[in-house]
Amino acid sequence: MTTLLQPDSVYFYGTCLIDSVYPNAGVSAVELLQRAGIRVIYPQAQTCCGQPAWNSGYRDEAREVARKQIALFPKDIPIVVPSGSCGGMMKHHYPELFKGEPDEAMALQVAGRIYEFTEFLVDVLEIKLAGKGVKTDVAIHTSCSARREMGVADKIEQLVGQLENITVHEQHHKKECCGFGGTFAIKEPEISASMVTDKADAIRETGASVMITQDCGCMMNISGAFEYENQHHALRMPQSKHIAEFLLERSEVLCTKYDINVPETSDTTEDATHG
Amino acid sequence: MAKLSDFRVRVEDALANEEVRGNFRKAMDGLMSRRLDQFPDEAELERLRTQAMAIRSNSLDNLPDLLEKLETNLTKNGIQVHWAETVEEANQHVLAIMNKHNAKSMIKGKSMVSEEMGLNHFMEELGIECLESDLGEFIIQLDGEMPSHIIMPAIHKNKRQIAKLFQEKFPDIPYTEDVDELTQTARKILREKFFNAPVGLSGVNFAVAETGTLCLVENEGNGRMSTTVPPVHIAVTGIEKVVEKLSDVPPLMSILTRSATAQPITTYVNMISSPRKEGEMDGPKEVHLVLLDNGRSNIYSDPELLATLRCIRCGACINHCPVYVRVGGHSYGTVYPGPIGTVLEPQKDGLKAHGELAQASSLCGACGEVCPVRIPLPSLINRLRYEGVRQDQSSTKDSGSRRKTAEALTWKGWSFAAQHPLIYNTGASAAASFRKLMPSKMGAWTRVRTAPPIAAKTLHQQLKAKGIDNE
Repeated sequence: MTTLLQPDSVYFYGTCLIDSVYPNAGVSAVELLQRAGIRVIYPQAQTCCGQPAWNSGYRDEAREVARKQIALFPKDIPIVVPSGSCGGMMKHHYPELFKGEPDEAMALQVAGRIYEFTEFLVDVLEIKLAGKGVKTDVAIHTSCSARREMGVADKIEQLVGQLENITVHEQHHKKECCGFGGTFAIKEPEISASMVTDKADAIRETGASVMITQDCGCMMNISGAFEYENQHHALRMPQSKHIAEFLLERSEVLCTKYDINVPETSDTTEDATHG
Repeated sequence: MAKLSDFRVRVEDALANEEVRGNFRKAMDGLMSRRLDQFPDEAELERLRTQAMAIRSNSLDNLPDLLEKLETNLTKNGIQVHWAETVEEANQHVLAIMNKHNAKSMIKGKSMVSEEMGLNHFMEELGIECLESDLGEFIIQLDGEMPSHIIMPAIHKNKRQIAKLFQEKFPDIPYTEDVDELTQTARKILREKFFNAPVGLSGVNFAVAETGTLCLVENEGNGRMSTTVPPVHIAVTGIEKVVEKLSDVPPLMSILTRSATAQPITTYVNMISSPRKEGEMDGPKEVHLVLLDNGRSNIYSDPELLATLRCIRCGACINHCPVYVRVGGHSYGTVYPGPIGTVLEPQKDGLKAHGELAQASSLCGACGEVCPVRIPLPSLINRLRYEGVRQDQSSTKDSGSRRKTAEALTWKGWSFAAQHPLIYNTGASAAASFRKLMPSKMGAWTRVRTAPPIAAKTLHQQLKAKGIDNE
């Protein structure tokens, strides 16, 4: 486990997909961290972790982009990434990408400070949440990178499990890939289409009204299928939410392990972060 | 629109065939859940995987020495060893043995290396009959097909399809969809052949250097029959199948059978250590081993890709692959399908021939997660994508051959923009690049999905407006 001292501030790495397609997921994650009493630093010079090029075999192109990213986090504080995929790239593939390079030490140093967003909430902050809002049936889609690369498959369950009024339904073939895979969806569109159609069906069959995920690649893929099937076949369309958006809407932060500026117990009504 | 590659054509056909897709889904779901039942203790599974990896890594670390030792001990035991650098050489070795005995037919136990050699085709051209005795192989041979899976070669067929095939090929036998009756039909036909075949051919699961023993696991007894009834037994295998010690075999075998068919042990375990000895009542009078390289030495020369050769051919990666379960084994157009095929085939036959397979992976990691010898399959697939487009020389066959100018320029442009935030933030955003990457193929995305919605204000802009600190 982490040997972090009280993390009173973190870097936030928003990811390129959130930047341009799902900024609300990023804004929600930042707000949630703030409500947990954390100061968030967002280096404006961030662009993309380099994974698209890395996974396409263009390693030099990926490395030059990654080199710019690793220079953005000079302070020795956690780097929170609201994506298992980009987090996995930075934590596990930067060390490979910079092996034997002059920046190897810096890449390793950055890799060691990467936390996927839900991992940070659960393992580092040990956040306690209280649910709010109406009774809702949800399904959780964990990205393959969160599950297998970052090893944080159970974190969304642990967060959502704290919220009364939220019932989690399990879709069949839950651990199977949704078929996004970055450029895979473009290079092998037929296989990807078959995978996402099955995934969307499985989630729809649970009866859940909301699908929650921690990766916007999967979300773009699955919600795109939901919407298409809704438009063309009038099938029911569950909403798709990044876990940060969902938690911001449906929960209050009660406290964290560090209790930084957060009320100690749920009966303390004052919300210190609004000060 | 560019012409679809042969691979893509096969994929589209496979995806459109609902019956075959259903066959694969049902079979793979069963295999996955039964495998899980074999490993109830996750920590124990991880320990066994580490142990199996260590045994196989040790074999590869000492491969040249172990192969020499294997040859010495096999020879001592009376088993004749033949080295083949290419499949042509391997076929010639088998042919020479056939000719020596004036043999015009052989009965075969299951062997993927013989598929690699194209042995049946080679022999049939010369008028030599090769009869497959593994039930699955027997079925697909009847239908003129290739195996669709390395362990269960006829897994793409359901019992109704097999019943119809038997009806067509054996019109005298009454039609039945009863699996036991179909099996009995095959058994009766094969039984006769075993006693008349002058040569039996089999594969090898592990070749033990220390004792000069060939291990073969199987469930139907056809392997035992093929290797003991005919007067001559020819085993064929890849050079990587050697293990150092006899004590290496039990842990490997246990994780192999549990990972493959979810069995604690197979019905038959054959340990072949010599031809028939004086005074013995049965067993072949001659035993041969053909050791095939076919590109393996080249794979061996790369410190990362070398892990490919740890494979013990259990097929677990195939069973767990979300791509394989949809497109089936034949779509790959290779001897070995699924993740292991995706990694092995482009190295064995070159990136020109099979490099495209490396694209047909979402890199979900399901294969690497179940591999009993911890081959990092997703990393190796990623590496082969790199090998396909790299510009310098490497040992991988046809490295750089898949580089296309337009695509390379796109990545260079993307890289330049992503190194310069000002440019990046004014239009070269992720979603924009995603669309630009393959403009002609965005259509495929929108065939089952709506196009990604582009936000009015980026996260950069929104967080700046909220006054979030930049440093």
